[in-house]
Amino acid sequence: MRDRADFRLETDAEGRTVLALSGNLLVSTAGFLDPQLRALDQPIARIDLADAGEIDTVGAWLVWRLARDHGATIAGADEMAARLISALQGAGGDGDIAPARHPVLRRVPEAVGAYVSALPASWVRLLDFLGALLISSWTIIRGRSPLRMHAVVRQLELVGVSALGIVGLMSFLVGIVIAQQGAVQLQDLGFGELTVNLTGRISFRELGILMTAIMVAGRSGSSFAAQIGTMKLTEEIDAMRTIGVSPMEALVIPRVLAAVLMLPLLGFYSAILAIIGGAFISTITLDIPFHAFLLRIQDVVPMHDVWVGLVKAPFFGFIIAVAGCYQGMQVQGNSEEVGLRTTIAVVQAIFAVIVLDAFFAVFFTEVGWG
Amino acid sequence: MTEAHYTGNFPIVVEGLCNAFDGHVIHQDLSLKVRRGEILGVVGGSGSGKSVLMRSIIGLQHPAAGEIEVLGQSMSGGGAPARDEIDIRSRWGVLFQGGALFSTLTVAENVEVPLREFYPEIDDTLRHEIARYKVMLSGLPPEAAAKFPSELSGGMRKRAGLARALALDPELLFLDEPTAGLDPIGAAAFDALTRELQDTLGLTVFLITHDLDTLYEICDRVAVIADKRVIAVDTISELLKIDHPWIQEYFNGPRGRAADAARHRAKAMDKQADRGA
Repeated sequence: MRDRADFRLETDAEGRTVLALSGNLLVSTAGFLDPQLRALDQPIARIDLADAGEIDTVGAWLVWRLARDHGATIAGADEMAARLISALQGAGGDGDIAPARHPVLRRVPEAVGAYVSALPASWVRLLDFLGALLISSWTIIRGRSPLRMHAVVRQLELVGVSALGIVGLMSFLVGIVIAQQGAVQLQDLGFGELTVNLTGRISFRELGILMTAIMVAGRSGSSFAAQIGTMKLTEEIDAMRTIGVSPMEALVIPRVLAAVLMLPLLGFYSAILAIIGGAFISTITLDIPFHAFLLRIQDVVPMHDVWVGLVKAPFFGFIIAVAGCYQGMQVQGNSEEVGLRTTIAVVQAIFAVIVLDAFFAVFFTEVGWG
Repeated sequence: MTEAHYTGNFPIVVEGLCNAFDGHVIHQDLSLKVRRGEILGVVGGSGSGKSVLMRSIIGLQHPAAGEIEVLGQSMSGGGAPARDEIDIRSRWGVLFQGGALFSTLTVAENVEVPLREFYPEIDDTLRHEIARYKVMLSGLPPEAAAKFPSELSGGMRKRAGLARALALDPELLFLDEPTAGLDPIGAAAFDALTRELQDTLGLTVFLITHDLDTLYEICDRVAVIADKRVIAVDTISELLKIDHPWIQEYFNGPRGRAADAARHRAKAMDKQADRGA
């Protein structure tokens, strides 16, 4: 179907140049014809369409532009061609049709500048969000508005129960890796039995809760941001406000509450599964029987290790839920923004969790829970 | 010279189409022929399968049974070579109900997408020029070309969608409820634009609508979908003679009569103006 359009230059009786077009002047042929037509620099007095075949708006545009640029008249146009060419009168102009794209040397400082100048405003918005969260929590605590139990239970299920499978599997495998890798090093030194201490303490104090937090940030933090962001785009949030339902109370508080309640449980569960994983691999490769491994755990893991993990967990849950909900609420404009905000929510949540974990590590050692 | 454009009489032919979702039958032995160069209005109650019919014709919905021929090429089989199927897609334009503009691209970039896809040999300068005049042809101000869909009003978004549908100079134009959600002035302007473009570009238009004014103003013929098939295709004045409860209720209901009366008033005023002049 991709036939060609062609042209030839002739001289008429009065010695003026005539450009005669032939073939179909269509969008399918314009790609080859256009550069040649634009390369013409001699004066053209007339454009002859008598030999031209079918024409569409792209062909008409080429003819009209050529006539405009060379001050030529158009001859031999059939009814269709004449109609199309007249429809294009006044078209054109050369305003920008794409958003301006500047060179890198300008774009990078610009982006940095925009980021820095937007920083105070975003801190204010975050404070605003946290303040609204606090106020809503207080109205619920004082009994001025009901806690939406249905939403809370639903979120408990989504954040907690449905995460059991993946968190459990991940923890079991991490437990295997710690015990197996630890054993290799410790056996070299002749302290193979310390593998139990290593696995038990690290699971309860750090890894159980940290891995869980990362998994929940990826699973639930992202879904909070995407869901609330989409609701913002479809004006569901606005609809809620007009009905008199506070999005804080209906959307944010159930999610924050669910994450705060579920992270300690998931973290504890994760630590247990990691220890089972460690015990499992020890049975196979270290000749420590399964139940002996578990009994040793009771002796070597101090109770405060369990508390260290459990105390941190609600804070992590709070960070994850707030990051997700806050970023979701910030969505405006288009669907790209939803993706962007979801990414930010997850990255911020994981980063903040790890920073906070470092503070906790120092803190608990200082207070003697080392 | 090869004929680039379809020259037969019926660019869209649907024969014995059946569609069903989960045992719920939408179309049963539906047949329809669209004449070249006409604006065919398609009406039917909500859920009668107007959009499903359009989706079947443009190949988004695989029908359970039946033959569909678009621009002389069979669509419903799997037998046609893939290359032809793709080529045929460059010869129709579709305006979806919500506009379905790509939200991360500007209006002009939206128009450029099909051009880039089908005709990569067209260089940037010409492609920008084409995008710019298509935006103008769709009745948008030039500055709208650089805007993102989220910055446009509903009516402008429809026009931008139309500009993208017209990007490849199609022979067939599918419009899914183009005036839904527009104010009466915007709707009338969009109707006029459709008619004008159909005249200028020689389009065949398949138009799904609920808008009685649109039917009276610009449709050459109207196809009525009821009882899971097309029960009639004709001009409105002929349709009114058919004794079918849905047709009678639709065109002779309060809204149908109002649209008809408005049309008669407008005609009378035109005549008066003619006499005065």
